[in-house]
Amino acid sequence: MSSENMNLTLKVWRQRNGQSQGSFETYQAKSVSPDMSFLEMMDVVNEDLIKGGKDPIAFDHDCREGICGTCSMYINGRAHGPVKGVTACQLHMRSFIDGETITIEPWRATAFPVLKDLIVDRSAFDRIQQAGGFVSVNTGSVPDANAIPVAKACADEAFNSAACIGCGACVAACKNSSAMLFVSAKVSQYAMLPQGDVERKDRVIKMVSQMDEEGFGTCTNTEACEAECPKGISVTNIARLNREYLRAKLTE
Amino acid sequence: MTLDSKIPAGPLSEKWDNHKFKLKLVNPANKRKYDIIVVGTGLAGASAAASLAELGYNVKTFCFQDSPRRAHSIAAQGGINAAKNYRNDGDSVYRLFYDTIKGGDYRAREANVHRLAQVSVNIIDQCVAQGVPFAREYGGLLDNRSFGGAQVSRTFYAKGQTGQQLLLGAYSAMNRQIAEGKIKSYTRHEMLDVVLVDGQARGIIARDLVTGEIERHAGHAVLLCTGGYGNVFYLTTYARGSNGTAVWRAHKKGAYFGNPCFTQIHPTCIPVSGDHQSKLTLMSESLRNDGRIWVPKEKGDKRKPEAIPENERDYYLERIYPSFGNLVPRDIASRKAKEVCDEGRGVGSTGLAVYLDFADAIKRLGKDAVEAKYGNLFDMYKQITGEDPYQTPMRIYPAVHYTMGGLWVDYNLMTSVPGLYACGEANFSDHGANRLGASALMQGLADGYFVIPATLGDYLASVERKPISSDSPEFDAAEKAVKDGIEKLLSIKGNKTVHEFQRELGQIMWNHCGMARNEAGLKEGIEKIKQLRNEFWKDIHIPGTDQELNQNLEKAGRVADFLELGELMMVDALHRNESCGGHFREEFQTPEGEARRDDDNYTYVAAWEYKGEGQPEQLHKEKLDFESVTLTQRSYK
Amino acid sequence: MGSMLKMLNSSIGQKVIMSLTGLFLCSFLLVHVSGNLQLFKDDHGLAFNQYTVFMTTFTPIKIVSYLLYATILIHAINSLLLTMANRKARAVGYQSRKDPRSSSWASKNMGILGTILLIFLITHMANFWYQYKFGDTPWAEYSVDLNSGMVLGEPIVIEGEDLHPHEYVRTDASGNEVNVVVVKNLYAVVKEAFTQPLLVVLYLIGMIALAYHMVHGFQSSFQTLGIRHNTYTPLIRGIGIWLFGIIIPLLFAAMPVYFFLQL
Repeated sequence: MSSENMNLTLKVWRQRNGQSQGSFETYQAKSVSPDMSFLEMMDVVNEDLIKGGKDPIAFDHDCREGICGTCSMYINGRAHGPVKGVTACQLHMRSFIDGETITIEPWRATAFPVLKDLIVDRSAFDRIQQAGGFVSVNTGSVPDANAIPVAKACADEAFNSAACIGCGACVAACKNSSAMLFVSAKVSQYAMLPQGDVERKDRVIKMVSQMDEEGFGTCTNTEACEAECPKGISVTNIARLNREYLRAKLTE
Repeated sequence: MTLDSKIPAGPLSEKWDNHKFKLKLVNPANKRKYDIIVVGTGLAGASAAASLAELGYNVKTFCFQDSPRRAHSIAAQGGINAAKNYRNDGDSVYRLFYDTIKGGDYRAREANVHRLAQVSVNIIDQCVAQGVPFAREYGGLLDNRSFGGAQVSRTFYAKGQTGQQLLLGAYSAMNRQIAEGKIKSYTRHEMLDVVLVDGQARGIIARDLVTGEIERHAGHAVLLCTGGYGNVFYLTTYARGSNGTAVWRAHKKGAYFGNPCFTQIHPTCIPVSGDHQSKLTLMSESLRNDGRIWVPKEKGDKRKPEAIPENERDYYLERIYPSFGNLVPRDIASRKAKEVCDEGRGVGSTGLAVYLDFADAIKRLGKDAVEAKYGNLFDMYKQITGEDPYQTPMRIYPAVHYTMGGLWVDYNLMTSVPGLYACGEANFSDHGANRLGASALMQGLADGYFVIPATLGDYLASVERKPISSDSPEFDAAEKAVKDGIEKLLSIKGNKTVHEFQRELGQIMWNHCGMARNEAGLKEGIEKIKQLRNEFWKDIHIPGTDQELNQNLEKAGRVADFLELGELMMVDALHRNESCGGHFREEFQTPEGEARRDDDNYTYVAAWEYKGEGQPEQLHKEKLDFESVTLTQRSYK
Repeated sequence: MGSMLKMLNSSIGQKVIMSLTGLFLCSFLLVHVSGNLQLFKDDHGLAFNQYTVFMTTFTPIKIVSYLLYATILIHAINSLLLTMANRKARAVGYQSRKDPRSSSWASKNMGILGTILLIFLITHMANFWYQYKFGDTPWAEYSVDLNSGMVLGEPIVIEGEDLHPHEYVRTDASGNEVNVVVVKNLYAVVKEAFTQPLLVVLYLIGMIALAYHMVHGFQSSFQTLGIRHNTYTPLIRGIGIWLFGIIIPLLFAAMPVYFFLQL
């Protein structure tokens, strides 16, 4: 499995808090095992920093198995780094070469302000969901699960949209910092299921309006979002969002 | 104080309905006069918060993550059980109840487990109505799969993301209430203490993890839905942030801790690859449906798996347990893996792994079918290990995964502190000494959607309806204690990092209180923890200040709590002179090496009471009465 | 109506404006290129000049042409507004940005391409439209043999006040019936203009920009309108690339080259 350990140079964005100016700092990561995950490499660098009396690099992470959507690093110019279909926590150091310089930046979007170093505030996503990303059913007042048949193809498609982990890589990767992929995935999930049909119009209008209020950019259909999405959410969802939105607005 | 489990009288199947009828109610107009604090927004917390807000209560939720959606419930892959009997394969509420009681090795309350099985069917209905995209069959109806510890197919699933999809469902219900102003969500906040006024839980002290500010939040009841404490072992399948701080600090405020030593080791995780490792990744147990577990018959056989002929392989689970085969419960599957590795038949570079082989399944079902079922899991495995499981068998090894123990709660989910509740993995209630697969999601949602909304009112009905002020001597004292604690941590300025302490603690726990335990080892472990704790308070070094986002400070607080909780786990493990479920004491096993329970002396819940720093905890026993099932030695042969 | 306006004000609405105006401009391209193909006709520019008269005098076409000018303005101004908003959406940029390979170059540079096209359009309008409407475009008199339909040689340049396009039939010396056509000779202006190498280069650059703009823009406008389908989307992409991205720009580009090389 493991081949030779590597020595790497890291250029990392450091910023004390949301109010302060940030800058890049350079660090050496020595004797990095190719079996380490990217975040484990960061752990090792941080241990060294602490031992050296310096402030460790703050970065968001939690499950470290690619599902919670917490980690959010822009590595060498790519959201979640160079490997397709994975989050930074699933990125392994075997994807890098000895002696390489790695630039690490936070997600950059006005709607995702930096809180510290590589940590950004993604609560805009929560607010978009709060605007309408739900089916209005109270606990207990629901029919039997099998009373709502759903064609397998629809259920599978809805699942594919629902697989979004809300990490924000789509926004980070988009040249316009657009949140269309995220919003479209949620709108699509409900649009494809009978459960979501009742509030379909209201939902899409409210979610888009909140998205706009948060200050995300618009979609230029570069499809960078799909390419960088760790869960492979398709831009087909964006077309569906546009369709849902237009239909809702034109028949409002 | 004596433990009153408040289990309702009457026949098992009628207990919950009768109880619900007898519970006091809060009139709808009065509900908005009560403030409820929900700590943790995983399945239990999010579902409780949403359901309570729907009823009309004012809810405040707290999570340390940046969004409620990121709670670690999200990582559950395989599925959620429900006694729907959609498969016509003989399932029933009673069978789910029976399987769960038996799977838990008869160390859970009958009444709780039966209620869990009863409401399981409502959970699926609820989730489907919310738009959770469960897997379906071509006719449009829900699909099921089978899971460890059961011989019926009752597990509902959404590919390998059941936990995420269920949590997003609960999160969406929460969002709806946030939009309506009934829930106020505090993210990047960590609860650091429970505040008791006149012996009743009346609020919390929380730290804003971004600004470092210490805040007071008052309410008429506090729900702890903060998950399990398995990260005491360091290398686990838990999220890095998962911690026991909320439950431990509640414990120190008077909430009894139930069965702390009952931890679950999940059999199918990706093995450790090196010292740098920060996390173990679980592969869904559903893999055991089609994968076959084996090791070489010969010790130290270092050939590639493909080079080992069929007759030199030992499919040990199929050999020892012909009727359940690879689908034995988790504790057994884990222990057997450890045994074969201890015999020197483990595989991989460390020798701490067994094969999980899909060659037969691929032959039988075709690669496409296997890919459709497990594709994302295979991809994940390949990404982490660099090996392709379609070509070569996976290597798996057990890892700490769940804690059955937790805060002791009565039938209403109230802890021994009035007004303080614990839901989901944070309580000890439903899984006994071992949890069956696909039951954690079920319990979290049962507690949140259906149990707590019914039982909380019973307590609130007797609480005055005036707002609780956070401007009281009790809040002053709690806030001061929290601030002092933080200051103490920061003032040590020693030489060792939090990370180092956490790893050392994890090693001690794994070696002395892991898959197999014994008296001498536990006693030694307790001493080691005490030493490590002393060292921690002398030599911890935390960079930065408390007035900023400081991840090391957060971790240090959690590790400080783990250093105390770990000891209690060992004390509990030491006192329980029997083997049951996930608690395997080497002194107590059958000649065949199976767990040997001692029903005469240990058919009880061990509820530990905190007696102050440095004092031994006091044991309270809640006897478990089994009216419906007969206690037998579990047999999966 | 209020809801419609609000919709157009939203981020998706603004993209819909880009999409609809863009598609309208695409339809214009089709008309424009097919009309201008008459430049290649070997008739000393008669057909082209007649077509020009039709395009500038037929009322419905006139209305459409005003719509067209407005559309170009809306498309340009709206894109400017969008670009500004998108800049604001990322106040601090990346240092190490790399775009995924799957994102086409065109999709990321529509603003630059559009700007080149706008400059091109202004030059183009100044050269020909302004010249035709307000400049001193010469008048020409063509003679067409009514029997053979052949244009009889180079047109005669005519001068005078109050000229207007008209035609009449007369019998020539040998008794043939000849149709006489008097039109403004835009053809001559075109022919003259494309003797300048700089202008030809500008036109070629303009057409390269057009090609890239179309390759992304055509299919993108369908995506924005929510039209996406497993079967039809590849067809739309094909039309975008082949017709609007390759054939039309090539045909347009052929015109200045044709005159420059005096083929």
